[in-house]
Amino acid sequence: MGFFSKRNGVQATTEKKRVRVPEGLWTKCQSCGEVIISKDIENNLNVCPKCNFHFRISARKRLAILLDEGSFAEHDAGMVSVDCLNFKDSKSYQERINAAVAKGGSKDAIICGEGKIDGTPLQVAVFDFSFMGGSMGSVVGEKITRAVERGIEKHTPVIIISASGGARMQESILSLMQMAKTSAALAKLKEKGLPFISILTDPTTGGVTASFAMLGDINMSEPKALIGFAGPRVIEQTIRQKLPAGFQRAEYLLDHGMVDIIVERKDMRQKLSQILKMLYRQ
Amino acid sequence: MATQTYLEFEKPLAELERKIQELHELSGDTLDLKTEIGKLEKKAEQIQADIYSNLSRWQTAQVARHINRPFTLDYLELIFTEFNELHGDRNFGDDHAIVGGLARLDGEPVMVIGHQKGRDTKEKVYRNFGMPNPEGYRKALRLMEMAERFKLPIITFVDTPGAFPGIGAEERGQAEAIARNLREMARLTVPIIVVITGEGGSGGALAIAVGDRILMLQNSIYAVISPEGCAAILWSDGTKGEQAAEALKLTAKDIKELNVIDEIVNEPLGGAHRDHEAMARNLHEALSRNLQELRKIPADQLIEERYQKFRKMSRFVE
Repeated sequence: MGFFSKRNGVQATTEKKRVRVPEGLWTKCQSCGEVIISKDIENNLNVCPKCNFHFRISARKRLAILLDEGSFAEHDAGMVSVDCLNFKDSKSYQERINAAVAKGGSKDAIICGEGKIDGTPLQVAVFDFSFMGGSMGSVVGEKITRAVERGIEKHTPVIIISASGGARMQESILSLMQMAKTSAALAKLKEKGLPFISILTDPTTGGVTASFAMLGDINMSEPKALIGFAGPRVIEQTIRQKLPAGFQRAEYLLDHGMVDIIVERKDMRQKLSQILKMLYRQ
Repeated sequence: MATQTYLEFEKPLAELERKIQELHELSGDTLDLKTEIGKLEKKAEQIQADIYSNLSRWQTAQVARHINRPFTLDYLELIFTEFNELHGDRNFGDDHAIVGGLARLDGEPVMVIGHQKGRDTKEKVYRNFGMPNPEGYRKALRLMEMAERFKLPIITFVDTPGAFPGIGAEERGQAEAIARNLREMARLTVPIIVVITGEGGSGGALAIAVGDRILMLQNSIYAVISPEGCAAILWSDGTKGEQAAEALKLTAKDIKELNVIDEIVNEPLGGAHRDHEAMARNLHEALSRNLQELRKIPADQLIEERYQKFRKMSRFVE
């Protein structure tokens, strides 16, 4: 008995390594395992100062990092999802929406608006992964479509920063249709000759990857971000093979020609500024 | 079809039809048996009507996946003439899970593209169970762009569990291939009619399902995820497909109520797999009628209406 409990103990610690340590004074890096003062990580754009691991960040923080100070004006902030299918598993969809709203303060999984990067005006949409896994339902699809249409109307570039598990199951066919809707809007933007930069951050999968996120004139990613169509677990179960090292990470996609450029968080604002100024004249 | 494959809920029907078959074999031309057989056939028809007028969503999913259900190549034979299959994406390979090519509908040339499943084990494997790789979607787009160049309407048949989740598929850009189709189909200058014939499995279905008219066969299904996949996520139990099917509201009737499709095409009694010819006749009528209407619409208007059609597919409050 003693032997078994010891083994369990050992297993528990290895398991723990993968779990993110709650925000506190100290944070253990998911990648290198170093214990670092949380403030040091925060002050470093949520990137590990030891190993350069990019932690996931909130939509608001992303906007603060990328946009000119004070330039952001939010649109469609009040839009909320409705449980149009009466979807219920252990909880109803409505309960899940309510819980997510209460937790983070955002009304859905995306923040949209207009702003500037180094003086260049643009429409921006940022996913909030903490809201139901950044999943795309009607609200996300509608807000993105409006952002793209606003880009056409105001003749500005569009940037979408994705972090999403894909389409939102609880809206079934309607969430699937958001893929078509957002992609159709991008077709219009393309015809107008306006740039679309897609930034794929950790993680971007499913119906989001298989629609607007892969359609950038430039597909940009952060180091080691997980990007794919099917989730790694689904693939493993389907083909019953081990997946290759680094599979579906940003570097792997770069190697296979799906991503244009991998940019570290600290350089992203400057890179965007450079690229936008080359592609777009007001 | 020589042998019927019965679904679990068709058991009462299976027994009765077996009995009828036995009587047929017993009787020469005895009048007595004929009336008996006639009675039983009437009863069988009644049972069939009862079963099929009350299908649960999960049962509908099983009919949609029925092994004898007509597939794209069946419709090509029954509805169209002069089908010339065109192969390959001019880039990597030819995907057997999607077929496409030139054909005539009512004597007029059209481009037909559709998922293709297999019936026996060998063909199922050859067709990869109707799950395309990126080259399938790229072949489809190549053919659609060709149709646009030669001003041919496009008709697509959708019947897939989903896009194939494999290493090669990811490496060759499954997501990009699907996404590109969604964007390009939105702007094609020729009429597009989409028919969900069996399983409309998520992005893998949608990648050839952006069009001006979207039809669903009565017992087909269409959803963002398969019932089994949904169950695996929600209850960590892939066998709870029945519950998931209910939650996903994936039948033609459900989806018509949400205004995502334009029309439901009726199936013959007992499902399309019971009578391919009758199914093809119903579908032929719907295709001809819709195409006739779409041909009258100028390209600019067609594209804008297609945009607005998908633009409206959402529910939210603000």
